[in-house]
Amino acid sequence: MSESTTTPAPSESGTPGPSAIRRLLSGPAGRNLGLVIALLLLVIVGWATAGSRFMNLDNVETIVRYGSILGVVAIGTTFVITSGGIDLSVGSVMGLTSVVASLSWVQNAANQSTWLLMVVVALAVGGLAGLVNGLVIAYGKVVPFIATLAMLVAAKGLAEIFANKQSQVVGVKGFLDFFRGDLLGISWLIWMFAIAAVVGWFLLARTSYGRRTIAIGGNYEAARLAGLKVKRHTVSLYVLGGIAAGIGGVMILARTTAGVSTHGALYELDAIAAVVVGGTLLIGGRGTIVGTVLGVLLFSTLSNIFTMNNLNISVQNVVKGVIIVAAVLLQQRFAARSSRS
Amino acid sequence: MVQPMVKGDSSTSLLSMRGITKSFAGVRALGGVDLDVRAGEVHCVLGQNGAGKSTLIKVLAGAHQPDGGEIRWNDELITIPNPVAAIDTGIATMYQELDVVDGLTIAENIFLGHELASAGILHRTETTRRTRELLERLGHGDLNPHTEVGELSAAGKQIVSMARALSHDARLIIMDEPSAVLDSEEVGNLFRVVHELTAQGIAIIYISHRLEEIREIGDRITVIKDGVSMASGLSVADTPTDELIALMTGRRIENVFPAHRPVPADAAVLLEVSGLTLRGVFADVDLAVRAGEVVGLAGLVGSGRSEILETIYGARRATSGTVRVAGNALRPGSVRHAVDAGVGLSPEERKSQGLLLEEPIFKNVTLASFARFARVGLLDERREREVAREQIDALELRPADPDRQTRTLSGGNQQKILLARWLVEGSRVLLLDEPTRGVDVGARSEIYSLIRQLADTGCAIVVVSSEIEEVLGLADRVLVIADGRVLTTTDTDAIDEHGVLDLVMKGTAA
Repeated sequence: MSESTTTPAPSESGTPGPSAIRRLLSGPAGRNLGLVIALLLLVIVGWATAGSRFMNLDNVETIVRYGSILGVVAIGTTFVITSGGIDLSVGSVMGLTSVVASLSWVQNAANQSTWLLMVVVALAVGGLAGLVNGLVIAYGKVVPFIATLAMLVAAKGLAEIFANKQSQVVGVKGFLDFFRGDLLGISWLIWMFAIAAVVGWFLLARTSYGRRTIAIGGNYEAARLAGLKVKRHTVSLYVLGGIAAGIGGVMILARTTAGVSTHGALYELDAIAAVVVGGTLLIGGRGTIVGTVLGVLLFSTLSNIFTMNNLNISVQNVVKGVIIVAAVLLQQRFAARSSRS
Repeated sequence: MVQPMVKGDSSTSLLSMRGITKSFAGVRALGGVDLDVRAGEVHCVLGQNGAGKSTLIKVLAGAHQPDGGEIRWNDELITIPNPVAAIDTGIATMYQELDVVDGLTIAENIFLGHELASAGILHRTETTRRTRELLERLGHGDLNPHTEVGELSAAGKQIVSMARALSHDARLIIMDEPSAVLDSEEVGNLFRVVHELTAQGIAIIYISHRLEEIREIGDRITVIKDGVSMASGLSVADTPTDELIALMTGRRIENVFPAHRPVPADAAVLLEVSGLTLRGVFADVDLAVRAGEVVGLAGLVGSGRSEILETIYGARRATSGTVRVAGNALRPGSVRHAVDAGVGLSPEERKSQGLLLEEPIFKNVTLASFARFARVGLLDERREREVAREQIDALELRPADPDRQTRTLSGGNQQKILLARWLVEGSRVLLLDEPTRGVDVGARSEIYSLIRQLADTGCAIVVVSSEIEEVLGLADRVLVIADGRVLTTTDTDAIDEHGVLDLVMKGTAA
């Protein structure tokens, strides 16, 4: 209805709430703390059920490596969701990029020049898919759900056409050698995840770009009236999401050494789940890269524990579902509390 | 029209608008507005709700493009194609709807769109320092720049909005009812800041309906009514209040109200509300409506009028008080119970709260009652269409085609659908919130006579309208409401528009 602005509560506006601890817990640090506690609980469960097979450095690396591809994709998705959008196409765009980057002519060209060419091709394809998403959403005024659903289907079809329903084995030596190697004993996949996380965090929390992303998700009209170029910004966010999917495509190509159209299937849902569990609001206006990283680690630790205990994947999915619902319920309670104040 | 009394040469104007017009989907919002603002003055824009003040502001802020007229800035013809252009020109706007982003901090909101950054990387300490300065300048050094704006009260958000306008180094600041959410101490603060700004040569466009305030802060006044400037550049000191109110209310010839038939003294009381209270919104509302009677609620937007209707209807749960329909108490907070008892609401936001715009007319007409036409749970669309057709004939709904998509109808005909819906349901108590909003002036009289006819057939009707003349013309009795309190209840014969406006303004100023 009109305004409920008549409620007088003026000058005490900046003072802390009833309890400083509650206030801290409802802030960003508190929400991440909740995730850290959840992660610690899982670690205890893992330790109790699998003992030293679980609690050793090699396994920790396994867990992080397992989550690294999803992690990079989810960091891109965090930006899109923070702006109030959604990108359902990242999974099939990953598949498409892995296929295009491993096409025989790309591999031939890479053999003659540098293996980085494959990476560039993958990022370009991902960025292009994101550009199409962004243009259709910002200028075509198609809701993000539908626009990116269309891209999901189309990119999948395109990947099948390019791959001719076959997997394309990677024979570029430089590419394989690089990703088989490590830095300081840590897999390059993990390094890529770490770099994406740091860059993503900096971009969202410390730059005008991130600030504007949050503003657009929090109050689109206010952002427009504040003079932000909201349409152009929206396009750039989907390009960013597409490029993240392209990096994910490269990583999956490196891990499996083959480009396949089904690579990345359902990654979009896992990415959205990790983002939301991490504390980014699905309606936009609040986003956290640290939360997303913790959300990804939570899921990959869970998978690891289930694998260690020889439990089947179906049980794992049920538990994942419960975690997602619990996280969203907590978010809603938080939203209700902040709207009351 | 009163002749403009522009002192001195018009070339001294910082901003000069001539003949600004703007229509939305055929409904005219501005029909020719002239406005001259000089550097260093506080120029008040006065007008009733719906007079076109907000549209005028948005034209200046680059959020709307005018259909006609010209805008001059320092005597140069300009266009303001978007909000960035407005800010670049030197025009900053503080919107009434508090256009801040809840999830960002105070500092982040103030510098949104013009962040202090190099190569995109934010200068956080500098931002915090500048924010503190701005807040201190506004007398709110107590606010923490890192507080999230979502945690602030409406008054706090207003401060942020003002700090943002200041941060742009604007030469013209538009303030849309800035005092509406402030208490008296903060209004004092606001005025101090306004004086400070004008002393620096900054011009202020100050929008308000509180005459006392305008007397205190304003230099000149432009009065707008029905999207037309009735007088521009009146001197605040020399214009008597009577004249201002006359300019704001000047009677329109298009609105012809149907004759009232006296309600028999023994007519049954259909709706009886006593002590109805919704904490923080309105308190102690008493109201009795007899069969055949139309009762109006007059008051400004935000006075609690709409909330009273919604609470009677059960869409909001009353804190205390009772609602009786034909003697039976309604269950608080239960729409279903209210509807079953014969209460129908036609909401203020017809399109978002009342209609399924993509659906045909007949489905909207039977929305509250389609289950009655169903057989063993299967919908009977043939009968629904028949019923809708009866209503279309009775209410002269056009086009007379039950299958026409509702979106394509005019505002007046959409309003008729809502009336038809409750007539089909057999409702005897009709709550109508702004029944003529978005209805063309010509079609209004048709809605008026329809409402009267419904009363004559024995319905009890409550009408809310921002247009005082509409309430007075339509209703038998009127409740004047300000800040959630009923100031007076009286027969509409016993009060005129001037009297109501007077009460409302005093009531809100208190």
